[in-house]
Amino acid sequence: MERSSTPLAVTIAVNGAARPAAAGATVQSLIFELGLDAEAVAVERNREIVKRSDWDCRILEDGDTIEIVHFVGGG
Amino acid sequence: MNAAQRERYSRQSILPEIGVAGQRRLLASRAVVVGCGALGTVQATLLVRAGVGEIVLIDRDYVETSNLQRQWLFEEADVERAMPKAAAAAERLRKANSSCRIHAEVKDMTPQNAAALLTPADAILDGADNFAARYLLNDVAVKTKTPWIYGAAVGTRGSLMPVVPGETACLSCIFPQAPRSRQPTCETSGALNAATTAVASMQVCEALKILCGRPEALRRRLVTTDIWSGETGSVDASRPDPDCPTCGRGDFQYLNDLSRGSASLCGRDSVQIAAGGRALDLPGLAAALASLGKVQANPHALRFACPPHELTLFPDGRAIVKGTRDPAVARSLYARYVGS
Repeated sequence: MERSSTPLAVTIAVNGAARPAAAGATVQSLIFELGLDAEAVAVERNREIVKRSDWDCRILEDGDTIEIVHFVGGG
Repeated sequence: MNAAQRERYSRQSILPEIGVAGQRRLLASRAVVVGCGALGTVQATLLVRAGVGEIVLIDRDYVETSNLQRQWLFEEADVERAMPKAAAAAERLRKANSSCRIHAEVKDMTPQNAAALLTPADAILDGADNFAARYLLNDVAVKTKTPWIYGAAVGTRGSLMPVVPGETACLSCIFPQAPRSRQPTCETSGALNAATTAVASMQVCEALKILCGRPEALRRRLVTTDIWSGETGSVDASRPDPDCPTCGRGDFQYLNDLSRGSASLCGRDSVQIAAGGRALDLPGLAAALASLGKVQANPHALRFACPPHELTLFPDGRAIVKGTRDPAVARSLYARYVGS
């Protein structure tokens, strides 16, 4: 039997596209890495919204499905 | 329903989603549309034709040539007559459905008048063009427990979300505050009429669920769509956040801050807009406005000419709008070129 070890990277899906994330990466670091304006996006992880105040403590796990939507203001 | 109504709405009441009972409720309902621009004119058209009993159209602006590309209900003659948008929209819609009671409110929505303008309503539709108006709308809707449908569009992209206060997330649950960075507006980034129309249509669909008595069918998600690329996305908005500043803690920041973004006469033909708590990135703004008119900028101020008006913007968010004595005109220009 193969022994599992802590992976150095995980694979997540962001808006349907697979991408690697460093082990220990958080929602906050993902938003930073994607170059997004934190105040202008909302994030859902595995079909549940992640409050902005939780972004820096929510660690991304292998297989996580992340949806990011932008806050639009025109009309 | 009488015979004329049965005939008029036959293709709608035959839908199992609406039914005769739903149509009856719709005929007795009252909706409020905030903003008569690209979103609001489509919302109002669909609601009036669907048979909403009473509708209030709120807008502070006048019809301009650049509106005609995407703002249904307006014609070239409205530009020539400098018709207020709400009045022009009401005039057109009365011809489309003479049984609907249509009220035009040619007004600037402020913390002082927002509650009186927006309520009572069975549903409020967001057709505003700036973040501040949306947070003010959210404050009033949450406070009075009135359902509303957030919606916005710019470029080829738009978003919408139904808000049922106490049941679903409100705007502040998802976005605790308006972005402080400069965000694209239709003036600086354009707007595809197919995108604004699509978003307004989807908003009306959600509103109809409320007005026809089918709230269980609401999409309890914040939905975003780019109509050009076909990309869509959504996030969960089904539950209120207990820590939400607005619906959780009852802090109605926009409704209570009577001085926020307030406009006052200063000088002979100028209006000053008070700082709204958001710093302005003057170099970024200068770059965005350069293609739209003459811009002069230094670290202390930015002057932008949009004849017959001139905007002078300061880093703290304050502005002086020259060429008008009307606070509504000044706030409208600020929302268009600066955001909110």
